[in-house]
Amino acid sequence: MTAGVIACDPAEQQSPRWVTERGQRAVFCGLTSIVWLHRKIQDAFFLVVGSRTCAHLVQSAAGVMIFAEPRFATAVLQDRDLAGMADCHEELDRVVAEVLARRPNLKTLFLVGSCPSEVIKLDLDNAAARLRRQHKGSLRVVAYSGSGIETTFTQGEDSCLSALAHELPSSNVDQLLVVGTLADVIEDQFTRLFNAMGIANVAYFPGRQSEALPEVGAGTRVLLAQQYLGDTARVLTDRGCTLLEAPYPLGAEGTEAWVRAAAAAFDIDDTAVEMAVAAPKARAEKALRALRPELDGRTISFLPDSQLEVPLARFLQRECGMQPLEVATPFYDGRTLAGEQAWLPDGVNWFEGQDLDPALDRLRASRPDLTVCGLGIANPLEAEGLRTKWSIELVFSPIQGFDQAADLAELFARPLRREQQLEVGAWS
Amino acid sequence: MELTVWTYEGPPHVGAIRIAASMRDVHLVLHAPQGDTYADLLFTMIEREPSRPPVTYTTFQARDLGASTAELVLGTLRSAAERFRPQVLMVADSCTAELLQDQPGTLAQGAGLNVPVVPLEMAAYSRKENWGASETFFQLVRALLAKRVPPPGERYQRQPRDVPSVNIIGPSKLGFRCRDDVREIVSLLESVGVHVNVVAPLSASPTDLMRLPEADANVSLYPEVAAATCSWLARQFHQPTISTVPIGYGATRDFLAEVGETLGIDIDMTQFDDCRLPWYSRSIDSTYLTGKRAFVFGDATHVIAIAKVAQSEMGFEVVGVGTYSREMAREVRLVAKELGVDALITDNYLEVERAIESLKPEIVLGTQMERHTAKRLGIACAVISTPAHVQDYPARYSPQMGFEGANVLFDTFVHPLVMGLEEHLLNMFRDDFEFNDQAVPSHLGAGEGHASVAQSAEIVPINGVAWADCAQKELQKIPFFVRGKARRNTERFALDRGLTTIDVETLYEAKAHFGR
Repeated sequence: MTAGVIACDPAEQQSPRWVTERGQRAVFCGLTSIVWLHRKIQDAFFLVVGSRTCAHLVQSAAGVMIFAEPRFATAVLQDRDLAGMADCHEELDRVVAEVLARRPNLKTLFLVGSCPSEVIKLDLDNAAARLRRQHKGSLRVVAYSGSGIETTFTQGEDSCLSALAHELPSSNVDQLLVVGTLADVIEDQFTRLFNAMGIANVAYFPGRQSEALPEVGAGTRVLLAQQYLGDTARVLTDRGCTLLEAPYPLGAEGTEAWVRAAAAAFDIDDTAVEMAVAAPKARAEKALRALRPELDGRTISFLPDSQLEVPLARFLQRECGMQPLEVATPFYDGRTLAGEQAWLPDGVNWFEGQDLDPALDRLRASRPDLTVCGLGIANPLEAEGLRTKWSIELVFSPIQGFDQAADLAELFARPLRREQQLEVGAWS
Repeated sequence: MELTVWTYEGPPHVGAIRIAASMRDVHLVLHAPQGDTYADLLFTMIEREPSRPPVTYTTFQARDLGASTAELVLGTLRSAAERFRPQVLMVADSCTAELLQDQPGTLAQGAGLNVPVVPLEMAAYSRKENWGASETFFQLVRALLAKRVPPPGERYQRQPRDVPSVNIIGPSKLGFRCRDDVREIVSLLESVGVHVNVVAPLSASPTDLMRLPEADANVSLYPEVAAATCSWLARQFHQPTISTVPIGYGATRDFLAEVGETLGIDIDMTQFDDCRLPWYSRSIDSTYLTGKRAFVFGDATHVIAIAKVAQSEMGFEVVGVGTYSREMAREVRLVAKELGVDALITDNYLEVERAIESLKPEIVLGTQMERHTAKRLGIACAVISTPAHVQDYPARYSPQMGFEGANVLFDTFVHPLVMGLEEHLLNMFRDDFEFNDQAVPSHLGAGEGHASVAQSAEIVPINGVAWADCAQKELQKIPFFVRGKARRNTERFALDRGLTTIDVETLYEAKAHFGR
C-alpha cells in the first residue's frame, strides 16, 4: 500500500534528496543479527523472548545450520503466559535456569525482546537486573530489543551493542576502538595495519569473548566498521568517546579514508600512513582492475535491507564504474553517513523505508543489470529476468578492508558472469 | 514459556501462507510486523518458487501502535484487493497482531471490499504450522461451499457421471515431495479408470473448490492438512474418505484396494507387477539390509508409512519411531506398538537427538533436523519428511508415493549405507589406514567421516575396573552400534568376578558368557 511519500528532514537538504516511503516492507527484523552475533561472541547466549515465529525466523535465516547445539534459543510465549495464568517473570527465570543448566560456562546472557514481548510490555531490563542479582556477578545479563516493530535486520546488532556499551568499564587510556562485528581475519588485518602506522592500542567491539570487554572513556576514538551502529555510537560518545567521521572500509578508497581518519585522530604523520597503506592498497587496486571490465557501465539498484546500501553504492560507482539507479535503505541516519556524503554519486534516486509493490514496479520499469535485495524476493526477480545479489551474503562475508576489496566486487560480478556463461534458461 | 532451540514447525500463519501459496486466484492479507516477511524465503529459496507467495503484510511498526493499526489494516486490504484482484481474500493475524486485537477479519468484512473475504483465526500461542494449514484450507472450503450444503436430512445431488471420481486433498507448497506425489497418484488413479475431479489446495482455484462436492470420494493424501476438510465433506456431502496413504509398495496396493472398495470397482493388480522394489529387496545383494537398525522420525503421515516400508519392504529392524505431529500421536503410537517399540512424541529436537544417541541406529530416516544429528554422530541418514531444505526439492521426478515412489524409497534408503561386501571388508580389516569404519562409504566422497560418538574417547575406568590398552583396541573392532553394549557387558562381567583389569581374554570371556 502507498501510505504516502514524505519529504525529508530540512536539516539534510545539502545532501542528496532522500524520499521516505511507508508501506509493506520485505526486510528481516533485528533478531536476524543473532545469526552472526552468536558466532562472534563465543561465550554468550542469546535468549529471544517471543513466539514460535521468532524461533522460526532465526532458524530460517540461519538456513537450518544445526552443526552443534546453537548458542541461541527462544522462550516461546504460550497462551497461559498471555492469559496471566503464568507469571512471565517466573517463567523466564525457569527457562533461563534450563539454559544455564545446559550451558554452565556462559559468561553473558542476552535477553532479546521481540514484537510480542514488546507489545505485552514485558520488562526485560527489569528481568535482566533480577537475574544478574541471582547469579551474583558470575553471569552478565543484558536485555535489548530485536523486535521487528523497532529494528530492521542489522539494526539488531546496533541494539545489542548499544545495550552492551553501557556495560563497558571506564578508562581514559588512549586507544582506537573499532565498533561493529568483523570477521576475525579482518580484525587481524586491521590490527596489523594500525600497528604498522603506529597506533598500538586497538580494541574491537564486540570482541570474541564477552569477558574481555574493551574499556572506554575520553581517550577512546571510535571508528565504526558499519553504518548501522548509530545508537551504539551515541552511547559511546555519551561516555566521552570521540566518534571519528569517515567513509566505511569498503573498497580500496573507502578503506584508505577509514584508516586515515584513525591516523589523523592519533596525529600519525603522513609518511607512516603511506608506508603502511601503500602495499595493501596497491594489491587492492590491482585486484579490482581485473574485475572492473565486468562491472563497468552496468546499472544497479538496491532494495532496502542490510543498511549497507549507501557505502556499497558508493564503492561500486567510484571504484567499479557501475551506475546506481535507485538506492534504498531501511532508514537514513545522517550522522553515521556524514563521512560518505562527499562521495555520494549523482543521478541516483535515494529512498528511505519501503513500499514493496511500487518499488518492484519501478524496478520492472528501470530494469537494472543487477538488483541487491533480500532473500525472499531474489528468485521472483530472477524469474522476471532481473539479475540479483542477496544482501544477506554481504553481511555474512568478509568484505571490509584492502584485501577483501576484490572479493566484494566479485560478489557483484559473479551473477553477471553467470548470465554470460549459462546457455540454458533466459534472463534477458 | 517453552524453551525452543530448533522448531519442527513454523507458526500457524505460515500454514495459512502455505495454503495461499499453493492455490491460484487467492490472496492473503496478513496483519504482521516487519520481519514476518521472512516467510517469503521459505517458498522462494527453499522450494525455489519463481514468484512471491500471494501475501501482503501490513508491516506495522512501533510508531503505528500509538496511532491506529486498524487504519493500516484497512488501507492494506483495499490496496491488496485492487492490485491483485483475487477471487477470494483471506485475512489473518500473525502472532504479534493477535495481541493487538484489531480483528482484521471483521474489519475486512465491513470494509465494503468487492471480493469475498474469509477471516482466519490462527491461535498463534497454542497452535503450529500444520494446524494453521489445515484450518486455513478447511475455513476456505467451508466458506466457499456453505451455500451448497444440503439441508439436514437431505443428500447432496451429484451430477451423474460415467466414471467414478475422487478429489485429492492435502498436497501443498512446502510439503514433502507433494508436486511429484500428485503426478504419481493422479496417473495411478487414471490408470484404473478413476477420474480425478479436483486436486487441492495445490494448484486449485476457489472455483475448483466449488466443484469438490461433485466427486464420489475424497483421498486424504496428507492427513495433517486434509483430515479436517475430508471429515467435514464426509458429513455434509456424504463423500467417503479414502485414508490409506500410498507410500510404499504394500500401502499403494492397499490404497488401490480401498479405492476399489469405496467406489465399487474392480482393480486388476497384476498390471502393477513392474514395480522394482519387491525384486530389488529380494535380490541377493540386499541380504545385508537384513536387521539394519533404523530410527524413523518426522511428520505422522510419513513416519507411519515409512516405518512399515523400512520393516517389511526393506527388511530393516525399526528400533524407534516418533513424530512431532501431536495431532496424530495416537496413530503413530499404534504403529510403534505393532513394531514393538516405544513411540517418541515430541517437538523438542534435543529429545530426538538423545533417542538416536541411545538407540544407536545404523540409519536414520528423519527430517533435516535428524540429518544434522545423524551427520554429527556419523550415522547414515535419509530425509523422509518436512522440515526440509532446498536439496529435498530435487529437480528430477522423485515421488514418495505410488509404485514409482516405492522405487525412489528403495534407492533413497540404500544410497547412504555402506554396501554389503564393503561392509564385510571394513569389519575384517579394521586397522586398514585408508579403509576403516571412520571412512565414509566409498561412493559418497570424502569429508563427512564419522565423528565423535562412533569412536568414543579414552575409556574412563568405572568402579575400579580398568581397560588394558589391548582390550580397548579390541573393543574398537566391534561395530559401533553394539560397542556400547559390549563394553557394559564386559565391565559387568569383570565386576561380578572381582577383576580389576579387562584384557582381551576378558572381553571374549564376556562375549561368550552373554552370548549364550
